[in-house]
Amino acid sequence: MKIIVCIKQVPDTTEVKLDPVTGTLIRDGVPSIINPDDKGGLELALELKDKYGAEVTVITMGPLQAEAVLREAFAMGADKAILLTDRKFAGADTLATSNAIAGAIRTLDYDLVITGRQAIDGDTAQVGPQIAEHLDIPQVTYLQSLKYDGKNTFTIRKATEDGYQIVAVDSPCLVTVLSTANKARYMTVRGIVEAFDKTIEVWGADKIDVDESKLGLKGSPTKVKKAFTKGIKSAGQVYEVDTEEAIGILVSKLKEKFII
Amino acid sequence: MDFSLKIEEKLFLQMIREFAEKEVKPLAAEIDEMERFPIETAEKMGKIGIMGIPVPIEFGGQGGTNQMYSMAVEELSRVCGTTGVVVSAHTSLCIAPILENGTQEQKMKYLPKLASGEWIGAFGLTEPNAGTDAALQQTTAIDAGDKWILNGSKIFITNAGYAHVYIVIAMTDKSQGTKGISAFIVEQGTPGFTIGKKEKKLGIRGSATCELIFENCEIPKENLLGKVGKGFGLAMKTLDGGRIGIAAQALGIAQGAMDETVKYTKERKQFGKSIAKFQNTQFQLADLETKIQASRLLVRCAAYKKDNNLPYSNDAAMAKLFAAETAMEVTTKAVQFHGGYGYTREYPVERMMRDAKITEIYEGTSEVQRMVIAANLLK
Repeated sequence: MKIIVCIKQVPDTTEVKLDPVTGTLIRDGVPSIINPDDKGGLELALELKDKYGAEVTVITMGPLQAEAVLREAFAMGADKAILLTDRKFAGADTLATSNAIAGAIRTLDYDLVITGRQAIDGDTAQVGPQIAEHLDIPQVTYLQSLKYDGKNTFTIRKATEDGYQIVAVDSPCLVTVLSTANKARYMTVRGIVEAFDKTIEVWGADKIDVDESKLGLKGSPTKVKKAFTKGIKSAGQVYEVDTEEAIGILVSKLKEKFII
Repeated sequence: MDFSLKIEEKLFLQMIREFAEKEVKPLAAEIDEMERFPIETAEKMGKIGIMGIPVPIEFGGQGGTNQMYSMAVEELSRVCGTTGVVVSAHTSLCIAPILENGTQEQKMKYLPKLASGEWIGAFGLTEPNAGTDAALQQTTAIDAGDKWILNGSKIFITNAGYAHVYIVIAMTDKSQGTKGISAFIVEQGTPGFTIGKKEKKLGIRGSATCELIFENCEIPKENLLGKVGKGFGLAMKTLDGGRIGIAAQALGIAQGAMDETVKYTKERKQFGKSIAKFQNTQFQLADLETKIQASRLLVRCAAYKKDNNLPYSNDAAMAKLFAAETAMEVTTKAVQFHGGYGYTREYPVERMMRDAKITEIYEGTSEVQRMVIAANLLK
């Protein structure tokens, strides 16, 4: 089985602060990590590798520094790594990003593509599903667990808003994974020692199978008009009452404001 | 001269810090309170390679460096002194002498299982009457043709009871003095070898510290480690390496106490402001931080020399002496900064202070380190 895992380098938002003037993230000095949902996806791939002997390729798109997350993926047990980096990719929204990544995946053999559900810096949850659409393969989102029949079919438990669904899907397909689906393994010491002897393939726009007009700023229909921090209008009121009474208070407040 | 970490060392630090924070820190208070050996942590560490960092891959190890190993002991000890010494005694006192003195057969037999953490290692030198004066060995090993017969006892042995492999120092020819001392590999469960009293200690209370008893304990001839009569030198050299581990442990304990103190002094308010705003606090913290960083540079220098096959005995002695005394000073002051709260078990600094004390004592007291340093200086 050949598995492709898409991962993203993100600032560790547990340590990130907002610039009070511009309302944007202050990224200076903030450690970069593998996006947590993507790490769950990588763990899923490595578990399949442990059980069925899959080959795991990780792909990331970003500046050259994004190499760090690929080294970390090697140290966890990934076999191959591809870094998509090119000025032509810069300024990409989710559509242009998914076009670039799908363009890279098109040139590879695969049975399963895994992405995280969403990235903690953007929270869109769009790139995974878009990749599946570009590749014209089935997708299952919000994966909690997966069973493989050893041949061609995955049985997947996916989270829904108020429960879960069990679905079966044939490969090739794409799944988006929740960080809570598993507990990602630690890098091993030997994995770390050997991670820097392995080769990361660096691909530009010329290496991937997609029309260049679909990449970067040119290929991005989304324009960010303004980013701002939500201001706190007034101190809230705290009611220390039982649930029934609390619901009553909430409902009457919402009615008072004509929200319901 | 390059003081920056290598890229693989940075990634290694990221891993070991996450592991220490998530797997080790949550258990630290409990294993101290219950005097419980953290066996589950040892298993987890084995899985990801922490039990065999500087062991070559050909012997089932991780192919890492002594620098990485000392960073691991530092980071583990930063949150739990007990876990730090479990790794240090295992790696420096059991794996290293086999790696450095063992035959190919011994290395193939013991190192893969030790390096994977399937087996834990220990080292027995100290006896009731042979502490700092280690040459006064009373444990004997008699050559009985196709085997060795051991009699005697060892005390204060770290990892005892949980270890599968023990490096044991014994007298093979009393008339030869230190040249009549040899080293042996003794496996758990060998008839005539039992674990005696478990010590109740001031600190590192999760670490198992016991007596080893040998009563006509027969071990195979091939379990002699190194040559007959070379055991004293082997033990001293082993302790040289062990001192890097203990220095790293002391450094980690000091850093852990500093982390807690920085956090606490910023939060704690008295006289209308946080106690971090007082110059008394600031100047004391500045002095302690400087000593911690000096300790770190000494530890890194000793590990660098060991990795590069340069003489490091003196460097290891200085690293251990300075880091241990720094750990004691930092943890004692950390308790003082925490005031009454610091004296209670609600905060980790009292545990750190109790854990720090042993670093001035084991694997050569601070006085022994001064003897080593002075002997090098005045030779």
